[in-house]
Order: sequence, then structure tokens, then C-alpha cells
Amino acid sequence: MIPELGHLLLWLALGVSAVLGTMPLVGAARNRTDWMALARPSAAILFALVALSFVCLALAFVGKDFSVLYVATNSNSSLPTHYRFAAVWGGHEGSMLLWTLMLAFWTVAVARFSAHLPDKVIARILAVMGWLSFGFLLFMLATSNPFDRLVPTPADGRDLNPLLQDPGMVIHPPMLYMGYVGLSVAFSFAVAALIGGNLDATWARWTRPWTTAAWIFLTLGIALGSGWAYYELGWGGWWFWDPVENASFMPWLVATALIHSLAVTEKRNSFKSWTVLLAILAFSLSLLGTFLVRSGVLSSVHAFATDPRRGLFILAFLVVVIGASLTLYAWRAPSVGLGARFALLSRETLLLSNNVLLLVACGAVLLGTLYPLALDALGMGKISVGPPYFDTVFVPLLTPLVFLMGIGPLARWKETELPDLASRLKWAAGAAVVATVATMWLRGGIGVVGAVGLLMAFWIIGSIATDFVDRLRPVGGLRTGLWHRARLIPRSIAGMQIAHLGVAVFILGVTLVKTGEVERDVRMQVGDTTTIGDLVFSFGGVRDVQGPNYRAARGTVTVTDKGRPVVTLHPEKRHYPATQSTMTEADIDVGLTRDLYVSLGEAVDGGAWIVRVYVKPFVDWIWGGCLVMALGGLLAASDRRYRAKVRRTAEASTSVASAA
Amino acid sequence: MKRFWFLIPLAAFLALAVVLAVGLKLDPREVPSPLIDKPAPKFALPRLDDAGRTIRLDDMRGKVWVLNVWASWCVACREEHPLLVEFAKKKVVPLYGLNYKDQREDATRWLARFGNPYDASLYDVEGRVGIDFGVYGVPETFVIDQNGVIRLKHIGPLTPDVLANKIEPLLKKLDA
Amino acid sequence: MPDSLCKAIVALLLALSAALAGAKEALPEAADPALEARMTRITAELRCLVCQNQTIADSNAGLAVDLRRETRAMLRQGKSDAEIIAYMTARYGDFVLYRPPLKSTTALLWFGPAAMLLLGGAVLIFVLRRRTRLAADAFEPDEDEEAGEGRGEPARADSDAAAART
Repeated sequence: MIPELGHLLLWLALGVSAVLGTMPLVGAARNRTDWMALARPSAAILFALVALSFVCLALAFVGKDFSVLYVATNSNSSLPTHYRFAAVWGGHEGSMLLWTLMLAFWTVAVARFSAHLPDKVIARILAVMGWLSFGFLLFMLATSNPFDRLVPTPADGRDLNPLLQDPGMVIHPPMLYMGYVGLSVAFSFAVAALIGGNLDATWARWTRPWTTAAWIFLTLGIALGSGWAYYELGWGGWWFWDPVENASFMPWLVATALIHSLAVTEKRNSFKSWTVLLAILAFSLSLLGTFLVRSGVLSSVHAFATDPRRGLFILAFLVVVIGASLTLYAWRAPSVGLGARFALLSRETLLLSNNVLLLVACGAVLLGTLYPLALDALGMGKISVGPPYFDTVFVPLLTPLVFLMGIGPLARWKETELPDLASRLKWAAGAAVVATVATMWLRGGIGVVGAVGLLMAFWIIGSIATDFVDRLRPVGGLRTGLWHRARLIPRSIAGMQIAHLGVAVFILGVTLVKTGEVERDVRMQVGDTTTIGDLVFSFGGVRDVQGPNYRAARGTVTVTDKGRPVVTLHPEKRHYPATQSTMTEADIDVGLTRDLYVSLGEAVDGGAWIVRVYVKPFVDWIWGGCLVMALGGLLAASDRRYRAKVRRTAEASTSVASAA
Repeated sequence: MKRFWFLIPLAAFLALAVVLAVGLKLDPREVPSPLIDKPAPKFALPRLDDAGRTIRLDDMRGKVWVLNVWASWCVACREEHPLLVEFAKKKVVPLYGLNYKDQREDATRWLARFGNPYDASLYDVEGRVGIDFGVYGVPETFVIDQNGVIRLKHIGPLTPDVLANKIEPLLKKLDA
Repeated sequence: MPDSLCKAIVALLLALSAALAGAKEALPEAADPALEARMTRITAELRCLVCQNQTIADSNAGLAVDLRRETRAMLRQGKSDAEIIAYMTARYGDFVLYRPPLKSTTALLWFGPAAMLLLGGAVLIFVLRRRTRLAADAFEPDEDEEAGEGRGEPARADSDAAAART
């Protein structure tokens, strides 16, 4: 009963999304307030229907209803409850429902937090989002219904892939999808603006917090995926330039460019048609990602079970959505104004350069990801493009970008003087060189590439410090305290600098772990030890343990530092009977300055085991940096310009002031 | 003129869409062989049924023949095996098996159970000859001509369609 | 008994028990760590054809284990990295290389990013130059002169007003 209800709810949602897509749009064109007024309630109803449908699927999973095909393929009676819930999005159909749920969520959120938008504008925005929902609902109902029944009902399910039975699995897809889908808001704002012809700084101000929010989720989602791979996959890697990883990274790069471009459009009313194009591009890359993962055109560890019919549908959807929006762009954008003037050296130009670099980086990733497919399609052979290519090509693009990151925030809008900039930044440059040399001396053996990495990170930090020192400097005459001066820094500025600081922390993590990581691959009997620096790893043997749905060989490794005990680690080799698969579970001692990473290899004769031991310096700064970036974004998005209450008070005071 | 620049994103996207559409028909996992139309790697392997006798590549010169890579642990091989048995009965060309990374007893038992279409099977216990032939997934089938040149490689189980429309026409052409 | 003698006896006993237990510094899994490191470096750039999403260095598939064994053998024979790569591509084609070889068909791949960068830079310069040549009335009116986020102005009370203005 419940699965049928869930299915019915999706059909109802389809209908509502069609109404949402049509009536307000026509209403805006014909100035019919009653039709435009349908938008907000329709969005709310759409969300309620999809959410209830999702609950139905969750109930089927938690209730072990193996008569539902999707539940039978992704769950098992011995699967713990929390993983039964997470299994809802463990396969293609359920993850599409999650995607659709999030799209409905963003739609209703936009409907709720848009009191300040004119009726026509919000009507168009919600209509576009309605059409997107319509497309995804249609896709599910036509090709990927999660509620299909399986007759006869099997005694037990096939179980969730053990790789996915993990806390990281629970949170990574929802975060990532929030980001992917969140970019549809910027997309809808852009398309609505193209339809209505009202592209200006106000439009940018409305769009910016939504874009930043989506960017935050995308940043966290990607970081979680990377962190999860690190501790789950057993050999300590954290980025593989896998096609699906790239599919999430490309929208992130464009979303980052979009945030910067929106800053210019909001502040100076410039780059308008460019910003709109970026908004369309960002979400298009999200959609492209969906296609790549689910169509089977690329081989990837993340790819869902493929079906060419699904691939064709998504491709058709892509062509309609992206084709229509780019056609609209080609038609409307030429008449958009140029905005305000700016000099050749100004913050605007630096941000434009930032955009060029980010887009070229995205282009490079896209090229590498799709090149094998393109060559094959042209009948010119089959090649592979992997980490050696991406590492070679991507890192050199990062360096000029980071260099600009140090300059941009200190440059003035409209026009900035080179001597002025140079004199302020020379301190930062000098400090960066000193810090790099000091670090190289302390850690030893870093090499040229490592030195460049350190220099980049310290350059950013130096620039941020320079900016804050200037802002916190006591102003002549005004007797204000440091704390008071700090509170006067707008949140968007503080947020920006903190996000940039996050990038610096990230770069430091990557550089230090890549140059300083030590690995030992050894054969250990009970009592054997292996040494890395001052750390001694002692093997305590392996015993059998029973988990909820697995059997494991659990190893014990004791770590001491100059004789003093540090930690005892328990790497495991788990066997899951339901899927007949074996998982290597590493155990990690997480530290601020280093991770101790231990995993079991194979058992060899004589009761010994192959044990892999790593010391990874500063590796957690990689994800720590991402977290700091996200926090910076959060701070920036909460700037007073975007907060309704503040806005209303300010508008009241302005109207009073102008009346006076 | 100005409008032209604004059409570039659309044009680029449509080109991409065409590539993706073509991609839907392709299999990204299939690895074409670089050995087509190249001399087959030299080998000398003992027979599965008689460890004392060796078969070499040079022994096969002068005739067109088919090499089928199989193993008793390979589930997909069971799918194509009846087809091979039927094909062998027609006695079109010599059919040899490459028993890949298997145990002699298991392999012999498997043939006894499912039928033995091969003139002989080569016992490649370490898989080295398989590697030389570029084998990465069992079963695989090769057509080799009179001069020892590989003319066709089929990856995966044979189907009636492949046999009828690819292999048999090729064999006719080579024999002529 | 004197303190130092006690300590000495304890130390001796400990050393004895350790020796008896057979505990020792663990040996590397590989017989020749230097060779192993070279093998890992080479196979880390090769694609496992069975699972296709791991390197031959990392994969546990039968073929990957075999190819690692072959690579070690070739390294012991003194073969160079290039010869080992040639061995792999002769059998499996370019698909096995994660670092695509530079050929006419991959020239666009390898030079593409640099070309995109040059193109992007050229377009940027072109657009900026064209903007400076346009008359002032082609632009929209400048809303805020030296608004809030420029540097050097005092931490200001009027940032609220600036924010409220737009």
C-alpha cells in the first residue's frame, strides 16, 4: 500500500509542477495577479507531495519491504536501521527521488524567502523551477520508478554495497545534491531575468545569497566525498580525478566564478550578461554530471547501474533545458547594458581574470573527462585520461589564480594604482618567502613543486593579514576599540577573507602531505614493530570479531612516540556474507598535525599479516581548509544586505531620510 | 554581428550533445585490441590433455584457426560453450582452446561435463600467454590466419549473431 | 641489592624475554624495496583493465597481480620504464595508460588547456580594450562612487547607509 501511495504522490507532484511551471509564467506575461499568486502555494504543495513520497520510500526500507524491487536490490534484513534509511539513496532510483526532493525543497525555500521580490520576478523564477521539477519527476515516472514491485517477493534483499555502509555515505550524497540542485536557483533567477528583461544590480543582490548557499553545500559535499574515500578505501588516497568526481568539481569551479562575478554585478552593475551565462553554465554542469553518472557513457566507480534508455531521457532533458536557456541567452543578452566603467587595473579586471582562470580550469577538467568519449565517438581509438594528465594540467592553472587571490581583495573598485598595490603587498610577499624558506628548512626535502605550494599558501595568508591590519588600524581622531572596529568590517568582506584563508589551509595540507608522507608496507608477526621517525608501530595480532552483518579479522597496532603510548589502532578486514564481498577498513588516528593510518593487507603464512602503515602530515588540513571555506561562505551569505529584517529597517530609515 | 558571439555557447553545447548522443551507443569498458592485423605472439604451451606434448604457434602455420580463451571458473564461458560445441561439429576450421589460469583436473572435468569442442586445449596455468594475447576478461576468441596474423578478437561470450555475421564470413574470406 | 644492579637484572630479563618472543623490526613485504618502489611508480600510471577504475598498482584483480609480477621481472632484467610501457601498450593498447601518450590524436588534449588559457586571455584583453575605447554614454550611470568595500577608508559608520542605498 505505502509504495503505491508513494507512487501516486509522484504523479500528483508531476501535475502540480506542471501548474507551477505554466500559470505563474503566463500570469507574469499577461499581468494576471491571480495566476502569479498560484506560484508560492504550488511550490509548497509540490514540496509536501515529494516529501511524503520520500517518506513512503523510507518506510519501505526501514520496514524491510522486499516486495519493492528497489528495496530488494539495495537492502537486507541484517542491515542496521540507520543504513537501511541511508540505502534510500544508495541506488539510482532512490537518489533521483532525493534529487527531486531537494529541488522541491529549494523551490519552496525560494518561495518562502522572497517577500522582497516583485511578483512578476518571483512568479517567473518559481515557474522555471517548476519546469525543472517536472522534468525530473517525468524522468522518474517514465524510467526510474523507485516504487516498482518485485513479484514474487524474495526472502531477503541483495544488501547495500558494503562500501556504502558508512556514516560518510549517509551524509555525502545529500550534501552534494543540495549543492548541485541549489545551483538551479541561480539558474532560475538568470532565466527569469532574461525573460523579464530586468537584469541589474538588484537582481545580482537577490541571487547572490542563494548561490553562496549552494556553493557551501557543494564545497562540503565534495570535501565529504574526498574524506570518505580517504578513510574508507584503504590506501589513503583522497582524489582520483574519477569522471564522477570531476562531474562534481566542474560545477564547483563555475559556481566559484559565479560568486565572484555576482560580486561585480551587485557592486558595479557590470558583467551582467556574463554573470547570467555563468549561472546557466553552473547548473548545466550539474545536469551534465547527472547524465554522466547515470547514462553509462563513462566508466566510473561511482556510476549507477546503467540503462541506455535512461541516458537518452536525461540527454533529451539536457538538450531542452540547456538548449532553451542558451537560446534565450543568445536572444536577450545582446541588449543588456554594459554597466559602469572601470579601468584596466581595477578590482573588476582582477575578478574577470579570476573568472577566466576558473573557467579555463573547468574547461581543462571537462576536456580530460570527455576526451576518451569524444575520440571513441569519432572512431579514433580508445584512450584513458587519468591523474597524471589532470595533475600536470590543472596545477599550473592554480598558481596564477592563487596569485590573483592575494591581490584582488586589496584592489579598489573602478580603478586601482599599481604602485599603491605593490607597496602594500610587498610585506605580504616578503613574509611569504620567509615563511616558505623557514618551513622548507624545518621539514626538509620539499622540492620545487612543494615550495611553490607553500609560497602560494603563505602569499594568501600574508595578503589577508595585510587587509585585516589595514581595516583594524585605528583611524585618526576616532577613538574606537579594536573589537568595535572589527565588528564594523562587513560580513561579506570577513567571509571572503575567511574563505580565501580556507584555500590557503587547503593548499598547505595538500603540499605538506604530498611532500612529507611516509609509507611502510611490512610483513608483521605478533610483536613485530616498524618505525617511522620517533613513532614505533607494534603489531598485536589479529582476532575474529562478529559485526551486525559482517565477520571481521580485527588487528591491533599499538603506537608509541619515544616510548610513550600514543594510540591503539584496530584495522579490520571485513567479510559481508550477503554480498560475498570483502572490505578493508583502515583505522586512523586523526591529529591536527598528522594522521596515523594503518590498514591490513593479506594474511600470509606463519600467522603473519601484511600491514600498511602511513604517517600523513597535515592531511586533515585538506578537509579543514574546505570547512573554513564553507564557513567563510556562510559568513558572507549572512551579510546584512541579505537579511530581511535589516533590509526593512534600512529601507524605512532611507525613506525617512529622503522625506526629510 | 554582435549576436554571433552570443550564439557560441549554444553552438558549443549542441556539439557536445551530439558527442554524448553517440556515446550512448558505445561501451566505455570495451578495450579494442592493438594486435589486430599484427602477428600473433609466439607461444609454446603443453597440452591440457597431455602434459608431455607441446603446441607452438609455428605448428599452426598454413591454416586459418580459431583460439578460444576459457576457464572452468569462468561463468560466462558456460554461456557460449554450447555454441562452440555446435560450431566445432561443422569442422570449418581448427578450434583450439587456451585454458587460462586454471587447474588441470578442474579444466578436464569441466570439458567432460560440458563437452569438448577443441582439437586441443593449451594449458596456460600462469596466464603469461594470455597476457601476450592481451586477454583481460574470459572468454575471448581470436581468429588467426595462415601466416600467424591475428585478424579478429571478440571479447565476451560468443553469440549466434557474432558467429554468423562476423566470424564465419571472415573465415570464408581468409580461406579463399 | 644495590639499585643499579636491580635495574641491570630487570633490563637483562626484559631483553631476554624480547629475544625469546622473537619480536623484531618487521621486514618490508617486498624483497627489494627499491625495485618495488619503481614497480609501484610505473604501475600507478597504468589502468587495471578488469575493474577499470583502479591503477594496476592498487588493484587486487588477478590480471593486475600478474602484471605487477611481470613488471618486477622486467625491472630485474634491467628494462627501462619506456620498455615496460611499450610492453603494456603492445598488448592492451593506449587504453591501459592513464597518462595519454602525445600523438596527433591527443595533441588537442595536451595542448588544449594552454590554448584555452591563451584564448581566454586574448578575449579578456580584447573586451577590456574595447570597453576603454567606448564613449562614456555607452555605460550605465555609476551608482556609488568609492563604495564601502574599497580599501583605505576608515571603518565606517556609513557602510549601513551604503548597503541600504541599493
